[in-house]
Amino acid sequence: MREILTVSGIRKSFGAHEVLCGISLTVRKGEALAIIGPSGSGKSTLLRCVTQFETIDGGAIEVDGETMVATDSSGAVRYADKSALRRIRLKVGLVFQNFNLFPHYSVLRNLMEAPVSVLKLSKSEAEARALALLSKMGLSDKSNAYPYQLSGGQQQRVSIARAMALSPEILFFDEPTSALDPELTGEVLKIIRSLADEDTTMVIVTHEMAFAREVADNVVFMDEGAIVEQGSAEALFGGATHERTRQFLTRYNR
Amino acid sequence: MHGIDYPLLLRSMVRGMGTSLSLFGLTLAITLPLGLVISAGRMSRNPVVRNSVRAYLLIMRGTPLMLQLFFFYFGPYYIFGIRGADRFTMAVVAFGLNYAAYFAEIYRGGIESIPIGQREAAEALGLTRSQTFLKIVLPQVLKRVTPPMGNEFMTLVKDTALANVIAVSEMFDVAKKAASGSVSAAPFIVAGAFYLAMNSVVEQAFRFAERRLSYYQ
Repeated sequence: MREILTVSGIRKSFGAHEVLCGISLTVRKGEALAIIGPSGSGKSTLLRCVTQFETIDGGAIEVDGETMVATDSSGAVRYADKSALRRIRLKVGLVFQNFNLFPHYSVLRNLMEAPVSVLKLSKSEAEARALALLSKMGLSDKSNAYPYQLSGGQQQRVSIARAMALSPEILFFDEPTSALDPELTGEVLKIIRSLADEDTTMVIVTHEMAFAREVADNVVFMDEGAIVEQGSAEALFGGATHERTRQFLTRYNR
Repeated sequence: MHGIDYPLLLRSMVRGMGTSLSLFGLTLAITLPLGLVISAGRMSRNPVVRNSVRAYLLIMRGTPLMLQLFFFYFGPYYIFGIRGADRFTMAVVAFGLNYAAYFAEIYRGGIESIPIGQREAAEALGLTRSQTFLKIVLPQVLKRVTPPMGNEFMTLVKDTALANVIAVSEMFDVAKKAASGSVSAAPFIVAGAFYLAMNSVVEQAFRFAERRLSYYQ
């Protein structure tokens, strides 16, 4: 299967503190990758580097065969030009921990805004696409509601639909259930599970270990800015080879 | 004691109100957009721009508007020996530069109160910077600045009375002259009623605006 995301040896520091110390991973088409690890291990920073919210200090990132950033032999980090970065951005969907829906727009408008003003789809086309996504999310009756009228779980489902409205090649989830109470977590996980069943390419940063084990094809365990261990979900959850990974997982399996 | 010719008083008060309203309207027409530009300068990453704007804000907000009116009207002559524009124009300039400073800070408060996640979400969806500002940030800012703007609008209605210090014949100037001519407090009471009436319109307008914007939280 073709590689949708290739991250090679990326480094990132905030001041003297190195948050990412040479991270490499690949995600192939149709693959669901879970990134797990303790708070402060660099998971979210990694996601922010790949989604262009942070710049890297070294290494390379390739999205769907196109180089987003690379480091030459002299160590200079070179980003692709603006139009390429924009093209890459549209291949990448991002679901935030705090949803970040636009509060002044209805659910439907939240889903139509980018397709209309970025992809230049016609209103009717964008609306048809938005309604199809909403029905997939089980939210057909909410198209005219405003975000504040929805539960957290519903808001997160809308934000997943919003990210998918641009038909990205790969979807990133940044702790999609961390802002939800346990009763609402299930409905969001169910949606992500159904996306995985349809072979949606995705990267999920999560603290839901049972969910990661069930949904992810591959799992990356990060600690202190480095990948400690990566492999298939079965291998990692079934018998992690590193002490640190086992230590982390037992805390969740108790 | 002279009696007061009320019909005459009311006629001249209405004329004065016309001047007050023009001052009010022109000041807003200048300051509402200008304040936004200044707030952008105040938030600029360039320290020269940012600090120049800070100095401007300190001067405009830190000295009396009455003094600024004098300065803009008489300054050109005293300093450069040239005639400035007419009284009304210079009053508009002084009010414009003064109120733009307050509006800029209100806009900045509004812009900075919008969670960064809103901008990131828009950016992640591929919206350009100007699309993000115009479609995502600005509408939310307008809702948040409406209550403090209501304050400023009402203050501006009353502050137009200050233009009398450079003899712009606005409402208060008319009342003052009528009062001294008739040795009566009645013109002041009439002027007070006019200001109150203007501000009750402002208050209604803002109540309407806030209701219109209450469809989301």
